Amino acid sequence: MNISISIQSDDFSHNEEYQKLCNDSPRIGAIVTFCGLVREFDDSNGKGLFLEHFAGMTEKTLENICKQAAERWPIISMRIVHRIGAMELGEQIVFVGVNSAHRKAAFHACEFIMDFLKTDAPFWKKALTKDSDYWVEAKASDTEAANTWKK
Amino acid sequence: MLQLRFFASLRDQLNCDGESLDWNDNFSIASDVRKVLVARGTPWDTLSKSTVLIAINQEMGNDETTINDGDEIAFFPPVTGG
Repeated sequence: MNISISIQSDDFSHNEEYQKLCNDSPRIGAIVTFCGLVREFDDSNGKGLFLEHFAGMTEKTLENICKQAAERWPIISMRIVHRIGAMELGEQIVFVGVNSAHRKAAFHACEFIMDFLKTDAPFWKKALTKDSDYWVEAKASDTEAANTWKK
Repeated sequence: MLQLRFFASLRDQLNCDGESLDWNDNFSIASDVRKVLVARGTPWDTLSKSTVLIAINQEMGNDETTINDGDEIAFFPPVTGG
């Protein structure tokens, strides 16, 4: 089982990440990827986001989430790329990719990783708007999504 | 000595991203440090909010987590990545 985690300010290539998951092992029969983008907000008043993180703890937390996913499903590889710094509307923020022999494990693990990344990984978003900047509040729905895996 | 760190909106409110705090033999759990900081008054009393999260040596903890001399204790708001 391989885990790759990258926290970076540069944009990433979805295709390159996907190819790395493809070329991993002849046992792979399924790849599931998720990509999160900066979407429009505040009635089109939003200009972009600034992402801050807790260097060191972020990587440890994400690795731990991947290990938990690998304990639940037969995963071959997991790749996470999360960007930090300033991003404009439409830019990619996060990539999670998982491969496995079969689709169900890959689907579940990808969603599991993303749900816990949302609630446990120490990232914070600052919304940049035409008028002012403000810190984004955490959503209860994200906590509920992660909690469904604990049942 | 403890290394304290503050992140995101909390850092902005405190206008401080971290500090060294002398070890006190009365310290036992994370809430002991939180109480010392809150006692400083405004703006430090914002740390009394139940939504403030605590990580000890880069692992999530809580008020009851045991602390030791030399630990790094981070305080931050609920996370919003992804």
